[in-house]
Amino acid sequence: MAFEYAPAPESRAVVDIAPSYGLFIDGEFTEAADGKVFKTVSPSTEEVLSEVARAGEADVDRAVSAARKAFGKWSALPGSERAKYLFRMARIIQERSRELAVLETLDNGKPIKETRDADLPLVAAHFFYYAGWADKLGHAGFGSDPRPLGVAGQVIPWNFPLLMLAWKIAPALATGNTVVLKPAETTPLSALFFADVCRQAGLPKGVVNILPGYGDAGAALVAHPDVNKVAFTGSTAVGKEIARTVAGTRKKLTLELGGKGANIVFDDAPVDQAVEGIVTGIFFNQGQVCCAGSRLLVQESIQDELLESLKRRLSTLRLGDPLDKNTDIGAINSAEQLARITALAEQGEAEGAERWSPTCELPSSGYWFAPTLFTNVTQAHTIARDEIFGPVLSVLTFRTPEEAVAKANNTQYGLSAGIWTEKGSRILAVANKLRAGVVWSNTFNKFDPTSPFGGYKESGFGREGGRHGLEAYLDV
Amino acid sequence: MSEKSEKSEKSEKFERLSVFKTYKLYVGGKFPRSESGRVYEVADSKGNWLANAPQSSRKDARDAVVAARKAFGGWSGATAYNRGQILYRIAEMLEGRKDQFVREVADAEGLSKAKAAAVVDAAIDRWVWYAGWTDKIAQVVGGGNPVAGPFFNLSSPEPTGVVVVLAPQDSSFLGLVSVIAPVIATGNTAVVIASEKSPLPALSLGEVLATSDLPGGVVNVLSGRTAEIAAPLAAHQDVNAIDLAGADEVLAKELEIAAADNLKRVLRPQPVDYSSTPGTGRLTAFLETKTVWHPTGSLGASGSSY
Repeated sequence: MAFEYAPAPESRAVVDIAPSYGLFIDGEFTEAADGKVFKTVSPSTEEVLSEVARAGEADVDRAVSAARKAFGKWSALPGSERAKYLFRMARIIQERSRELAVLETLDNGKPIKETRDADLPLVAAHFFYYAGWADKLGHAGFGSDPRPLGVAGQVIPWNFPLLMLAWKIAPALATGNTVVLKPAETTPLSALFFADVCRQAGLPKGVVNILPGYGDAGAALVAHPDVNKVAFTGSTAVGKEIARTVAGTRKKLTLELGGKGANIVFDDAPVDQAVEGIVTGIFFNQGQVCCAGSRLLVQESIQDELLESLKRRLSTLRLGDPLDKNTDIGAINSAEQLARITALAEQGEAEGAERWSPTCELPSSGYWFAPTLFTNVTQAHTIARDEIFGPVLSVLTFRTPEEAVAKANNTQYGLSAGIWTEKGSRILAVANKLRAGVVWSNTFNKFDPTSPFGGYKESGFGREGGRHGLEAYLDV
Repeated sequence: MSEKSEKSEKSEKFERLSVFKTYKLYVGGKFPRSESGRVYEVADSKGNWLANAPQSSRKDARDAVVAARKAFGGWSGATAYNRGQILYRIAEMLEGRKDQFVREVADAEGLSKAKAAAVVDAAIDRWVWYAGWTDKIAQVVGGGNPVAGPFFNLSSPEPTGVVVVLAPQDSSFLGLVSVIAPVIATGNTAVVIASEKSPLPALSLGEVLATSDLPGGVVNVLSGRTAEIAAPLAAHQDVNAIDLAGADEVLAKELEIAAADNLKRVLRPQPVDYSSTPGTGRLTAFLETKTVWHPTGSLGASGSSY
C-alpha cells in the first residue's frame, strides 16, 4: 500500500522558458533557413513549453561550416586553455543545476528526483572529468601527441537529453574537436540552455553548434561530407542506417544503441537488495534506458519469494507529477513512445505471458504507463527479445548458472547485465561469461564519468567515459 | 658395389621427378578441398604456373564461420599465457620450414631469395612480437576506474568474436601474418581470405598452424576470389568483425555496408608498411571493453552496505 503524501512540487519559477528558440550556430541563435519550427511539449501535461526552430539541410551545412571554421583555432589552443573552458562549463552547470533539472523534468517527463540527483550531477561531473584530460592527452596511451579528428556530428536521444549531450560534447571538446549536435525532437530545450552555458563560459563561437530538429536533420548531419566524426546514441535500427551511410568514407563512427539487459538473481542473493536493484534496473527513468535490466532472470527456487517482494515493492512506487519530489515514476516521453510500449505489452499478453501491474491511478492528461511485470515469459516471446524502452519487466527463470548465462547472452544486444549473489567467485565467473559491456554486480544502473560505457554485438561499438572515451575523438 | 653402380646408371637416364603438393584449404583444423570442386591457376610473378589452388565457395565460407565460432569458446577462454606460448610455437614451426616459405614468397612476390628470406624472417619475428602481447594488452588498455562512489570498478578487454580477415593482396606472407596474429593473440578466431593472386604462402601457413598446438578452427584459411568469398562473410550474421585490409576502395565500401546489418566492427583498409613494427591498433580494433561494478562495502557498519 502507498502512503498518502501531501504534494511537494519543486518550483517551476527557477526556470524561465522563452516562447521560442532558434538554432545555435556560430555563437548566435538563428532561425532555420526555411523558417520551419516545431513545438515541444511537456509529456506529463501535454502543455506546449516552447516553439523551436527546426533545422534542415541548409542549416546543417551552415553549422558544419561554422564548426569547421572554428576548428583551426580551437584545436591549436594549448590543452590547458581548452581545459579551462571545460572547467568553466562544469562550474556553470553546477551553478545552474536546479534550473536545468527542472527544465529537463518539464521537457522530458522524468521525475525531478532523478534530474536533480542523477542527471545533473553526472553532467557536471562529465565536463569536470574530461576538462582534466585536455592537457594530458599525451599520457592517455594514444601516442605522445594525439590529434583531434575535426568536426564531430553528434546525434543524441531524448531519454537523458543533457547527460547524453555531456557524454558527447565534453570528450569532443577536450580533445580539440568542434561540434555540431542534434538533440532529439521531443527534448530540445536543455541543449538550447546549454548553448547559453557556452556563451557564459566565453566559449569561442562555432566550437559548439546546436541544431534542434528531427531525423532528417540528423541524417543530413551524419551524411555531411565535411564531418569527420559521427557519434550516435539511439535505436539499433537507426544505428545500422548510420553505419551504412558512413561506409566507404573516412568518418570515424561510434554507436551506443539498444539493449535487453539481463538482471540475474541467484538463490543466495540478498532478496531485499536485489528487489531494489531490479526496481532501479527497469523503472529508473520509466525504463527508457538503453542499459535497463529489462529481463529478470531469477533462479527457479526463489522465484515465488522474490516476485512477492517485488510486487509488494512495486505497489509503493509513486507515479505522477514529475516535478513532485516524492514521485518515483514520471511520464513517458512522447505519445509515440507510449504507443510503442502499449503495443509491445499487448503483444506480450497475446503471446501468452502473464501481465501484472500494481493498482495505479494514471493522470488524465499526458503520457503515462503503469509499472508492468510479465511472468511466464519464454525466450521466444517478443517481450523477451525486443527492446521495449518502457517500464515493463519480463521475468524468466533458470536452474543453473550455465543456463542463466546462456539465456542472458541469448540476444542480439550486449549492453548491460546484472548479477545478484553473495558468492564472490560466482560473480566473477558469471561476469566473465556475459557478453555485455557493463556488468553490475549486486548493484544496477550506476554511472560515472571515469567508467567506460558501451556495448557488445548490436548494442553498438566504441566506449564513452573514462580514458577509453577519448579514443572516439582522436585520430588513432 | 653392384647396387651403387645401378643407382648411378639410373640417375644418368632420368632426373628425379619432384612431388607436387596439392594446395588445400585449412578449415576447422582439417585440410579440405573446396566443396565446389573448383580450383584456379596460381602463377608466379612472371606468369609461370605454380599450382591449382582451391577456389572457395560461399559454402566454404559458411563452413569456416561455423568452425571459427566453435573454436571461439575454447580459444578465448584459454589463458593469455597459453595463447602466447602457442603463438610463439607458430614462430618455432615456421623457423624450421623457412626454406619452403622463402621459395613460395620469392615466387609469389617476384623477390630475390635474399629479399624473400628477409620477408620470412620478419614474419617469424612478427609472431614472436604478438606472442609477447597476449598477456600484456589487458594491462595496457584496461584497468581500474576511480568512480566517485563506494564501488570497485574494473574495465577489461575481451575478444570481439569471429573476425573475417581479408589478407593484404600484395604482401602475401608478411602482410598475412601481420593481420592474422593480432586477431588471434587476444582470443578472437579468424576466417582468413588469402591474397587472391598469391594464396600459396597462406595455404602453407595452414600446415604450420596445424602443427603448432593451435586448436583447429582458430584460424581458417580460404583461397579464391576475394570479392566472391568476402560478400557472404560480410553479410554473415554470426561474424562479429571484419578487417578489410585486402579490399580495394569499391569492395571495401560494399562490404562495410553489408557489415552494418549486424553492426560488425569494421577495420577499413589503410596504407600499411608491413616491414615496420606495428602498433597496438590491430589488437584493439577487435577488442570489446567490459566494465564490472561491485559495491565495496564498508567495515564497521553492521552487515553489508549495498
